[in-house]
Parts: sequence; structure tokens; C-alpha cells
Amino acid sequence: MAVVLPDVEPPPGPAVPTRRRRRRRRAAGESLGVYAFKRTLIGLGTTVFVIVVNFFLFHALPGDPLANYTRGRNVDQDQIRALRKAYNGPLWDQFTHYIQNPFSSRIDSARFSQPVWQVIGDHVWPTILLVGTATVLSTIFGLLIGIRAGWTRGSRFDKWSTAVTLLLYSVPEFWLGMMLLIAFSTGVGPLPAIFPSGGMHSADVDPTSLAGVWDTLKHLFLPCATLALVYLAEYSLVMRASVLEEKSQDYLTTARAKGLRDKMVRRRHAVPNALLPSITLIFLNVGFIISGAVTIETVFSWPGLGELTFQAIGGPDVPLLQALFLLFSVAVIASNVIADIVVAAVDPRTRS
Amino acid sequence: MTDIGVPVLRSSRSIAWARRRAAWSRGWAIFRRQRSGVVGVAILVIFVVVAFAAPFIWPASDLDISRATGPILAPPSWSYPFGTDNAGRSVLTLVAWGTRVSLLVGVAATAISMIIGTLVGIASGHYKGLIGASLERLTDWFLVIPFLPLAVVLATILGATLQNVIIVIGITSWPSTARIVRAQTLSVEARPYLERARALGAGDWHQMRRHVLPNVMPLVLANTTLTVAVAILSETTLAFLGLGPSDKVSWGSILEDVFNGAGISQGAWWWLLPPGLCVVVVVLAFTLVGRALEVVVDPRMRGR
Repeated sequence: MAVVLPDVEPPPGPAVPTRRRRRRRRAAGESLGVYAFKRTLIGLGTTVFVIVVNFFLFHALPGDPLANYTRGRNVDQDQIRALRKAYNGPLWDQFTHYIQNPFSSRIDSARFSQPVWQVIGDHVWPTILLVGTATVLSTIFGLLIGIRAGWTRGSRFDKWSTAVTLLLYSVPEFWLGMMLLIAFSTGVGPLPAIFPSGGMHSADVDPTSLAGVWDTLKHLFLPCATLALVYLAEYSLVMRASVLEEKSQDYLTTARAKGLRDKMVRRRHAVPNALLPSITLIFLNVGFIISGAVTIETVFSWPGLGELTFQAIGGPDVPLLQALFLLFSVAVIASNVIADIVVAAVDPRTRS
Repeated sequence: MTDIGVPVLRSSRSIAWARRRAAWSRGWAIFRRQRSGVVGVAILVIFVVVAFAAPFIWPASDLDISRATGPILAPPSWSYPFGTDNAGRSVLTLVAWGTRVSLLVGVAATAISMIIGTLVGIASGHYKGLIGASLERLTDWFLVIPFLPLAVVLATILGATLQNVIIVIGITSWPSTARIVRAQTLSVEARPYLERARALGAGDWHQMRRHVLPNVMPLVLANTTLTVAVAILSETTLAFLGLGPSDKVSWGSILEDVFNGAGISQGAWWWLLPPGLCVVVVVLAFTLVGRALEVVVDPRMRGR
């Protein structure tokens, strides 16, 4: 059944590419610069598609958009006239109006009565703090667990970690967040209530002082732990699978035959080759986590883009929702492009 | 493996059926050997039974807030095994009824996503020119639109009814299926027997229906169970964000009630734990079944 394929992965050579390898690389595909350029162009094409979808999606909204937008707000006649021009009239006129500058909507958010991009700007940093920390933590722990589980396949550690990660993989993340919240913020039974119930700062602490940083960290802990746990599961499952894949390769037998210790075989040979799928996944995920943090930020009242989305749904605050949708899509597209370029830089075979 | 003891054969059709039956029983034998897959099936059977039995055991009137009789936010007791919510309804009744909506949405949305994904995947793999290229582009584009924001926007636009939630999840989750099906279609179409079919004058429709589709179906089936798991998680998320049907109880809507009804600050863990646990167990069961089916479909996965 097992047919041994001839194209066994070459053993990792010295870090600096020799002249022979470099020549082969050029023959196999285009240079990295050209590839990156092409990939970016495709990404821009996708962005245009998203912008068009964004327009038509929101124009399918039932009812009079102007009435929806101005309901319960103080709007003078000049503004109404400008809005009518933007929202009513032939579809084509609206589209050209929109397409001229989709990123600098002069239309205010219905809820905040501020330009939408200003509202979004205020909420970007909490999300970056949350998602960034969670990404770093889930990457480190996910990869470590995956490597160890894959390397010692069938061991007790492998069985337990696979069971736990599969379980975490099936958990709705906001439910996990609520469970942690009820356990460590409300305090159930013997569990102490040691963490704040939500938000980013306590009201009575200056966020720039040392005590304020500590306070923010305490607020960050639970939402960050929730996100990290959920994504760690995915990374460790993928890493385990690719370590298993590498484990049966001939070059590891060669490395052992050279007399390398098991630890060195793993660290120097197996892991670097197995990292590729996980790296791709991690970069791809960054874009998705930003939009996926909607529920977590809602549960923990974390003042980021996700919580903003939740508020925008409630209205519905259409201009804000439209801008957020565009932003999230562009984040995913950008992380896609970056993932492809990083992988191409690491592994020239993917460039064809 | 080769001799399957076929009885007297008359037509090519009966040969095909006998072979298909043999393939299914072989697949079932492989599936049965995987304990986790069997456990997954058992769990799903239990939940399906609960979904069908719920109206007969717990009358629908028990879900009515105005007619609830229990104490408010009572911890588990003999008369209320899972405790009560903030309106005095039994959490057990809510969860049992929630099974119906969650399973229905999961299965129905997956059906939509599978049909679109299979059609687009086969067509984009089969047609070479403009049609294939544009379908492939479309798949790639849909793949990068982040699911949650798109689903949120669609649900806001269409309105929150059961039917719309199914449609929203269905039309946002097809691209990954389409991509898998397309890859398989390309590999099937490269095989000699399709060249033979073409040489004998088979049209596009005949090729796709009689030759490609049967070869793609096992893969779609394995993918289906994984998609159901994702669809159930999506339904829970949408309902939690208040975008589910307001007149139906689902596991997600119970969690929404816990969150909005101050269940967390009251420490009502009995209200929060069961619906989430049900989601986890059902999603896990679908994942286990899906992984077991993947092993059946893909011989390379065996022994992992």
C-alpha cells in the first residue's frame, strides 16, 4: 500500500543557499519579488470585489435608508440634501458616488454621530492588543504541544493533549468566555472572584501609571486566555499532523544514522520542515481572529472593533457596519497575501 | 478485496449496483473499526431521539415565559434537574427544545452549502474556459470574505427568521466544499476512463453526472459531517448576537438569554453550562464522525 515516492524532501542544508541551490530555485519558479508583486495584485483585485459586494449588499437593505439613518437624530436640511444625494437617486449614481472613495466615508455613524473611520480608529488599539497577545500565546503553546504530541505519538501526553485540543476545537468561544467569567469573575462555589467582570480599565485607576498597566493586564487576562485556548487547539492539531508527516521521512533516518540524539533530530530537522503548514495557518488566521473576536469582546465588554460591531448590529448602524465589513475583509485579504509571501520566501516550491 | 462473491449477473447496471453495495459494506467495516467514529454516531443518535421526542415529553407551553411556573433562577433540584432560568422555566426543557432548532439549522444549512459547493466545484473543474476560471475566482473571493461579518450583515438585511438563518449559513459556508470538490474533479477528469467516455461522445452533462459526481460524492459526504459541526457553531454564534429567530429556542438563544439576563453576575452556572455543553458534545460528535469518514474515504489516512 505504501508506495515510497522518489521525491523525498532534501535534508535541510546550511542556512546560506549554495550556488547550486540558488540556480535551481531560479529555474523552478519566478523570483520572490515578482511573486510578491503578482500576489499583491491579486489581493487588490479581491479588494475591489469586496468593495463592490459591500455596496450592493447594503443597498439591498429593506426600507428607506435615509429614514433608517436619520431616525431619532438631529439632522439639518443641508445634511439631508447631501445624504439624499448619497442614498437616493439612480443606483448607478449612488455607486459612482460610493466608489469614488469607499474608505473615507463622510457619512457619520448613526450611533456615535462621528465620522465612521474616527469611531473605528478609537476602537482599533484594544483589538490589536487583545488579538496580538492571544496570537503570540496560542502560537507558542499550540506549536509546543503539537510538536511534543506528534513526536511522542501514542504516548499518554499525546492522547490527553489530542483529546483536550479536540474538545477545545468544538467549543463556541463565547461560551468558554462566559464560563471563565462566571468561574473567575463572579466566583462559583470554591472558586475565587479574582478577575474584573469586563471592560479594559477600572474607573479609578490612571491607565498610564504602573498600577494602571497592572489593572489593564488583569482585564486582559480572561478574554485573552479564551481566545488563546480556542486558537491553540487548532494550531496544535495542525502541528501534530505535520510532525507526524515528517516523522516517517527518510532524511530523519539519515540524521539518526549520523548519530544525532533524538532531541537534535527533532529540533534541527523535523520541526523546521513541519512548521510550514502551521505558519501559513497562523498568518491566515490573524485576519479572521480580528473579525472573529466579535463575540469575545462582547462577552467581556472589551472596547474593541468586535464590541463595536455588536453595537452596530443593534441599531442597525448601517454606515458603521459597512465600514467595519470592509475593514474586516481587507484584514483577511491582507493576511492572506502576507501568508502566501512568507511561505514562498521560506519554501520556494510553493511559488509555481 | 478483489473477489466479492457477486451472484449471477445480467446487466451492467446490476454489476454496478453489486459493486456499489460491496463498496459501502467495505466502507462500513473500516468505519466500524474506529472507536471514536462509532462513539460519535451513538451520541448523534441520542440527540436526534431527544429532538424528535421533545414535544411529547415537554409540552410547548412550558417554553412560554408568561406561563412558567418554576422558581426564578433556582439551582438544580429533583423537580428541575438543570435548574431554572430567570423567568422560572426549566433549563432542561429549554435545552431539549433547543436541540430541535440547532440540529435542524445545522443539517439544512449544510445541505444548501453542499449542493452549491458540489455544483460550483464540479462545474469549475469540468469547464476549462471562461466559465471554469470565473467560477474558480468566485470561490476564491468568497473564501476570503470573513464569515462572521458577512453572516451578520446578511442576517441584518434579510431579517431574523429560522429560514433566513439557514440560508445565511448555507450561502456563506460553501466555498471550502467547492474547493475540495474542484480538486477531486480535476484528478478524476485526468483519468483514462473519462477520456474513453469523451471519445465515445459523452456530453458535458453525462460526464459530470455519471462519471465525476459518483467519484466526488464520498469526499463530499465526509466533508458534510464536518460542515454540520461548523454550521451548528455558526447558528449558536448568530443566535448569541441576537440574529437568530426570536420565537424559537435554540442553544444559542439560551446563551443569549444568559448573557442579557444577568445570568453571569448572578452566578447561575446551571443555566449557562447545559446549552454550551450540548453544543460542544454535538459538534465534537460530528467532528469525530467526519474524521472517521475521512479515513474511510482516504486510504492514506489509515493507521494514523
